[in-house]
Amino acid sequence: MNGAHDMGGVQGFGPINAEPEATEPLFHANWERPVFALTLACGMLGKWNIDMSRHARERQAPTDYLNNSYYETWLVGIQTLLVEAGLVSTSELESGKMETATSGIHAPDRAQAARILAAGGPTNMDLDITPKFKIGDRVRVINTHHAGHTRIPRYARGRVGTVDHYNGVHVFADANAFGRREGHPQYNICFSASELWGNPPQARDSVCIDLWQPHLEPA
Amino acid sequence: MPHDGHDHTEPPKDIALRVKALESLLIEKGLVDPEALDEIVETYETKVGPQRGAKVVARAWSDPDFKARLLENGTEAIVDMGYEGRQGEHMRVVENTATTHNLVVCTLCSCYPWPVLGLPPVWYKSAPYRSRAVIDPRGVLAEFGTSLGENVDVRVWDSTSELRYLVLPERPAGTENCSLEQLEQLVSRNSMIGVELARTPEQAGIE
Repeated sequence: MNGAHDMGGVQGFGPINAEPEATEPLFHANWERPVFALTLACGMLGKWNIDMSRHARERQAPTDYLNNSYYETWLVGIQTLLVEAGLVSTSELESGKMETATSGIHAPDRAQAARILAAGGPTNMDLDITPKFKIGDRVRVINTHHAGHTRIPRYARGRVGTVDHYNGVHVFADANAFGRREGHPQYNICFSASELWGNPPQARDSVCIDLWQPHLEPA
Repeated sequence: MPHDGHDHTEPPKDIALRVKALESLLIEKGLVDPEALDEIVETYETKVGPQRGAKVVARAWSDPDFKARLLENGTEAIVDMGYEGRQGEHMRVVENTATTHNLVVCTLCSCYPWPVLGLPPVWYKSAPYRSRAVIDPRGVLAEFGTSLGENVDVRVWDSTSELRYLVLPERPAGTENCSLEQLEQLVSRNSMIGVELARTPEQAGIE
C-alpha cells in the first residue's frame, strides 16, 4: 500500500540529529520497554506473523503514522493485531478490564521465550523451484499500487535494475501479511542512482533491494 | 489503533497509563507471562548488542579464512560465533573497500540485525534517515562527519526482506600491532551500519 511508512526518497524531514552512540539509551521512556516486550511476547502466541505485524503498523492513517513515535506505532500495531485475532475486544482495550477469559492459549514462560528469541523465524523454504532470473539479468520491477502489503518500495516500482545475488526461495512477504505462506525465489536487485533519481551528482552510486520473483519482469 | 470509542474532544490518556493498562489486561487474560516479558527486555538490555558485531568484524580483520567464510555465508559464520536468533535469521555481510562504501537502511520499517547489533538507535528508525539514505546517501554520511573520496562508490542496502545486512568496515591503518580486543574497540556500531568509518587507534584512545 502507498502508506506513510514507505519513506525512501521523501524530502523535507530535515536533519537526522543522531544521538551520540556512546550515550543513547536503549529505551527513551519507561513505557517503551513494555511495548517492546508485549509486542514480542504476543507474537510468540503464533496468531500472526512478522509481515502481519508490519502491515498492522503501516495501515495507520498516514497522518497518524507520521505523528506517532516508533513505539507508539508498535502499540497501535499490537492493539490492532490483538483485536483482529480475537484475543482482546475493543471494549477490553478501552476499559482495561477483562470481560472474557482466554481459553486454549499457552503464553510462553521465561525459558520458552528465551528459546523462541534464540530460534528466530527463518523464512527460507525448501521448495523445488527453479529461479526464473540469473545473476546479471536486467529486470524491471512491476508497477503495482495495490492496497495490501508489499515490500517493493515506491521509489523502485517500474525501475530497471540488475540481478546481483540469488537469495534462495523465501516466504513471500506480500502474501504472508495475509496469512498465506507462499515461497518464491528472492533476489537482490541493484539499481543505479541515476535510474532511481534522475541525474544525481554521483551517478555511479547504487541502491540494492531484496525482491521476490513476482515483483519482477524481464527488462 | 482499533476504534477506541473516545469522543475526539476528550484528550487521550497518558501513554504510560495506557501501556500499563494493556500490560495488566494481557497478564490477567493469561496472554503473556510477566517473567517472559522480563526475559525479553533483559535479553536486549544486557546480552545482545553491538559488542557482538564488533567481535565479528575484529575477527574478520584478523583471520582471512573467517573473513572469506563471513562474506560467502554470513549467516553460518555468525552462528558459528554463537550469535543467532530473531532478526538475524539470514545475514549478509558487505565489505567496504577502497572503491566501495556500504550503507544499510530500512526505508519501509526498521529492519536491523539484532543478534549482532542489538536494537536499532532512534535515528535509524527515524523519518529523516529512512527517507534520505537512498536518495542522498552522501548527505547522510556528511551529517555523520563521514566524507568519501570521489573514486569511492556508495552502495545503499535497503532491507526489504528478512535478510539482514552488516557492514564490514575497512580496517584502519596503523593497527597491525593491535590485539583482537583493541581491534574490537575500533568497531563502532555506526561503522557496522555504514554511516561512519571504523575508529582509528587515536580516536579510540589506544596507544
